[in-house]
Amino acid sequence: MGRIVLDKISKSFGDVEVIPPLDLAINDGEFTVFVGPSGCGKSTLLRLIAGLEDSSGGHIRIDHEDATHVPPAKRGLAMVFQSYALYPHMSVRKNIAFPLKMAKMDKAEIDRRVEGAASVLNLTDYLDRRPGQLSGGQRQRVAIGRAIVREPSAFLFDEPLSNLDAALRVGMRLEISELHKRLKTTMIYVTHDQVEAMTMADKIVVLQAGVIEQVGSPLELYRAPRNVFVAGFIGSPKMNLLSGPEIADYNAHTIGTRPEHIAISQTEGVWEGTVGVSEHLGSDTFVHVKCAAFPEPLTVRVRGELDLSYGSTVFLTPDPEHLHRFDAQGLRFA
Amino acid sequence: MARSVTTRRKTLNTLFAWAVGLLIFFPILWTILTSFKTEAQAISDPPVFLFFDWTLENYAAVQERSNYMRFLWNSVIIAGGSTLLGLIIAIPAAWSMAFVPSRHTKDILLWMLSTKMLPAVGVLYPIYLIFIRMGLLDTKTGLVVVLMLINLPIIVWMLYTYFKEIPGEILEAARMDGATLKEEILYVLTPMAIPGIASTLLLNVILAWNEAFWTLNLTAAKAAPLTAFIASYSSPEGLFYAKLSAASTMAIAPILILGWFSQKQLVSGLTFGAVK
Repeated sequence: MGRIVLDKISKSFGDVEVIPPLDLAINDGEFTVFVGPSGCGKSTLLRLIAGLEDSSGGHIRIDHEDATHVPPAKRGLAMVFQSYALYPHMSVRKNIAFPLKMAKMDKAEIDRRVEGAASVLNLTDYLDRRPGQLSGGQRQRVAIGRAIVREPSAFLFDEPLSNLDAALRVGMRLEISELHKRLKTTMIYVTHDQVEAMTMADKIVVLQAGVIEQVGSPLELYRAPRNVFVAGFIGSPKMNLLSGPEIADYNAHTIGTRPEHIAISQTEGVWEGTVGVSEHLGSDTFVHVKCAAFPEPLTVRVRGELDLSYGSTVFLTPDPEHLHRFDAQGLRFA
Repeated sequence: MARSVTTRRKTLNTLFAWAVGLLIFFPILWTILTSFKTEAQAISDPPVFLFFDWTLENYAAVQERSNYMRFLWNSVIIAGGSTLLGLIIAIPAAWSMAFVPSRHTKDILLWMLSTKMLPAVGVLYPIYLIFIRMGLLDTKTGLVVVLMLINLPIIVWMLYTYFKEIPGEILEAARMDGATLKEEILYVLTPMAIPGIASTLLLNVILAWNEAFWTLNLTAAKAAPLTAFIASYSSPEGLFYAKLSAASTMAIAPILILGWFSQKQLVSGLTFGAVK
């Protein structure tokens, strides 16, 4: 079991309130991602759940038990840190065995669990090495191994992939998702990378300045962002957010249209603009178009390859079916 | 761009460094040389440097007159004991200052260091009276406690500097892994800080070994360490230079050997954190 409920939880450092009272429920077995720009309080929220920070108010319940004042080790949670936080003076075997040793488990059982975790994570050949002799990806796997052996009720990941290079990151992302499918244990994952959030999460929690902006599945957030912040944060490339007299016909303060929901034509369309930089990915082409009506260039996503010369005139038409409309407060309305 | 240094400049620098080194070492060298001279040669004018009749008679005389091994043993107990006791107190203190600092941690650290600026003689009278009251005068226990207290600020400061360099996340990981505070310090922090603890230990053994003010004032015969052994050979008239030198050489030999073999550890300890 691993159901975690935050009830009016808050955190202040001195006079600065980093997390105003907040409610959130994370269901058993769910892969929840906290995402938001740096400084939005997502790591603090994770540390509150872990027990590494004391809350300033409210309650944390883990499996229906009040865990607000329970020390970190007694919460039944395991954490993987951004810096891996391996014990540099211990071998991989001792690193993974450490939580079991602390739990005073007998040696045969410790060996069995360590071997098990090592085989799941392809670390069997490295068990007698020190962390300093491993690559970044292997270190991260050791950190995950140390978390797995405890058979926790939930895993907490604090930006675990941000120290890895791009190629490794994609690989580890898949490994963690795979692990979740296999273990079916609750996982809470903190990242500032919305691609990680979209690809891994069952549920995304978007945070800004300690406030939850929206909670939902990746596609819910993608299809129906609740406000301008979520609309701009979720999706890559970003949604085009337009305002001004040019959109008066749409009866909205701001309209949003995703790059794949704009048609581009050289002959006719709603907005006229000139072609800026085109990014060719092979599978897609991202064309940046400068329109006189809007201060920011619009991004248009075209399937496959499209060759438009820099500076040429084009016309853009948003797909009315997929138009997002926001009021003056930045909130979505139908 | 790297600064270019000519060979001539390098040679000059090396020579200068050696000259400074020899200048600092000269009194020790002179003491060692004098210990092998006769009393007459020791005070001859002009002084003789290397060409004299080498003799071991001073060492024999010193051995005959006093029990070197007893002083040595007292020094070992006092220096070792005060350092170990200091570490036992300083490790948890430095841990709390490095990892759970309060608003006043920096002030406390500075205040601790400021006690080193106080002239020791300023507190001699009260400490002497306390020692008499508690029956600690001329006991090893008393000296272990006093020298531990004298060096505690330095031990705490050195360990604090080392602990500050250890990433807090590793200790948090230990906490998540179920380690109690004691286990966290014992299994994670201390092994990681071994190089730092080792240099702190060495430096403090040396400081305690060489400490003369308290050891001379608070001991008489039973607990007297090697500093008192040297002092017993000095006389206001300046006679018996050779025997005094022999006693000094015997007193500094153990710590000189210890220092020689651990110089790498000591230097890295003293410059720790200065460069990254």
